[in-house]
Amino acid sequence: MVGGWAIAVHGGAGVDPKLPQERQEEAKKLLTRCLNLGVSSLRSNLPAIDVVELVVRELETDPFFNSGRGSALTRKGTVEMEASIMDGSKRRCGAVSGLTTVKNPISLARLVMDKSPHSYLAFSGAEEFARQQGVELVDNDYFITEDNVGMLKLAKEANSILFDYRIPSVGLNSCSVGAAATDSPLQMNGLPISVYAPETVGCVVVDREGRCAAATSTGGLMNKMTGRIGDSPIIGAGTYASELCGVSCTGEGEAIIRSTLAREVGAVMEYKGLGLQEAVDFVIKERLDEGKAGLIAVSRNGEVAYGFNCVGMFRGCATEDGFMEVGIWE
Amino acid sequence: MGWAIALHGGAGDIPLTLSEERRLPREAALRHCLHIGVTTLKAHQHPLDVVELVVRELENHPNFNAGRGSVLTSAGTVEMEACIMDGKTKNCGAVSGLTTVVNAISLARLVMDKTPHIYLAFDGAESFAREQGVETVDSSHFITPENIERLEQAKEANRVQIDYTQPIQVDAKTETDTADDGDSQIGTVGCVAVDNHGNLAAATSTGGLVNKMVGRIGDTPIIGAGTYANNLCAVSATGKGEAIIRSTISRDVAALMEFKGLSLKEAAAYVVDKLVPKGNAGLVAVSATGEVTMPFNTTGMFRACATEEGYSEIGIWPSLQN
Repeated sequence: MVGGWAIAVHGGAGVDPKLPQERQEEAKKLLTRCLNLGVSSLRSNLPAIDVVELVVRELETDPFFNSGRGSALTRKGTVEMEASIMDGSKRRCGAVSGLTTVKNPISLARLVMDKSPHSYLAFSGAEEFARQQGVELVDNDYFITEDNVGMLKLAKEANSILFDYRIPSVGLNSCSVGAAATDSPLQMNGLPISVYAPETVGCVVVDREGRCAAATSTGGLMNKMTGRIGDSPIIGAGTYASELCGVSCTGEGEAIIRSTLAREVGAVMEYKGLGLQEAVDFVIKERLDEGKAGLIAVSRNGEVAYGFNCVGMFRGCATEDGFMEVGIWE
Repeated sequence: MGWAIALHGGAGDIPLTLSEERRLPREAALRHCLHIGVTTLKAHQHPLDVVELVVRELENHPNFNAGRGSVLTSAGTVEMEACIMDGKTKNCGAVSGLTTVVNAISLARLVMDKTPHIYLAFDGAESFAREQGVETVDSSHFITPENIERLEQAKEANRVQIDYTQPIQVDAKTETDTADDGDSQIGTVGCVAVDNHGNLAAATSTGGLVNKMVGRIGDTPIIGAGTYANNLCAVSATGKGEAIIRSTISRDVAALMEFKGLSLKEAAAYVVDKLVPKGNAGLVAVSATGEVTMPFNTTGMFRACATEEGYSEIGIWPSLQN
């Protein structure tokens, strides 16, 4: 049964409840714009894989969310971006990490899928491939916003105690770390929610022919170690698509990786026979342990679903039968 | 319930005519590594320590594609990657793009134990290695004359497929291994172990693919693809990385057990037979109850296993038991 197209977008999970009203409105406006872009491409019968790339490019190009321009900064104050894309009907995929000059990482991930014999290229090798493919390159400064320079400073202050990896880390986890957990109950990845940059943008689409696709892109975690790879480029963790569904995750990368969160949605549908929303609810409830994350998903039947266990997720979704929603809070 | 261990030195098109001089040292290495694993399991070491130790040993062996003996990138360099995972806690660590670290698997373990992250790559991973004081050597240490020759052969034969500056036919977009000199062209090393308490762990390490593009990441460091462990089973996979990634094969072994109620053997057989095209992959796996399985759909897989019940096998091609 094919049930028409459906689309969902996200701009990251883990939102400061004190986010000023005008920033909330700005976020919703951007989500709506991206959603409309996806909807109109679906109406003109663009394949799912092209739609997710197009929408994520738009999210990357706008500095509001943490990907492309507006990416979170590494400990060194640089930007290292990563992205992945997956075409469900053939389970083809492409991923990139450690990009410093590629304007739209998601499109390079697409090129890795289409034009290289590999699925995943990283760092200087990925940059070299970008130059060979002639994608648009910019100076690293282009990605760095003033907001994020300030955020990095705050993150460093908060992190100097929380995230010193030279201290033996018995029981250390990627979330709710250290004594500060009690000081500030609202945290993501050990950072106070006011400093945390929601980690990712993503888009999932099923087209009229029932083909599913997923794409995710990110600047990663604020104040991350150079070389750190998160969940976004990992097929099965941040991004996954099969004949049954398309999934894009966001949140605490390490929790998403160890729970293979995106594949999990597909696996419980495939092997346990759960419906899309049931599958999403199951993995959010049962698979994250103490980790915090959110995800968006579509099924080949034209359903759309999302779920998150943290404070807020920037998201929007729409289906062919006229349903449309853009929201931040539960 | 008893302990069990399985290890591999890569799956691929290993010719049945493999000469004795190539076969014997590899069989000896498998036997030696199995012995180390069994001894440490019997001495009640944690499976996480056991798999790390065994994979270090496999990395140090120049005939397997990991550590010294790693295959070369198209630029003639070595870029190693590895991953380790603990079943009970699902803690894990991974590294890619290492050029000087003697034992990639131990750096993956340090990423797991000593950083807030799971996965570090390239320069960042190398500087972490220096901070941690792990043993590093000049990159030339890893390069064997055999692998220089193999790269030349691969470049010759693979030019069309690997030359990504040319338009690529969709169906030609495969990672073709070439020279059939009996070594594991697309190989990896890995080990999985379970102790009497049902603690599980998996570890995988590789030099990647001959003539790979600089910066290419394969399945080995990807949790759920090349490496996975939870409270049901531990899996280490080997073969064509891209096929393993898209089928998330190590996670799917566990998912089939968990969500479909299959046994370890059934789940692993399903994954290898149904989810990956023939000639693409193999895996070793153990379950919490001490079962072991080592299926592959390639010509052969360098492998070895042992269980507390006394079952043991060292093999390369399909055995009668399979």
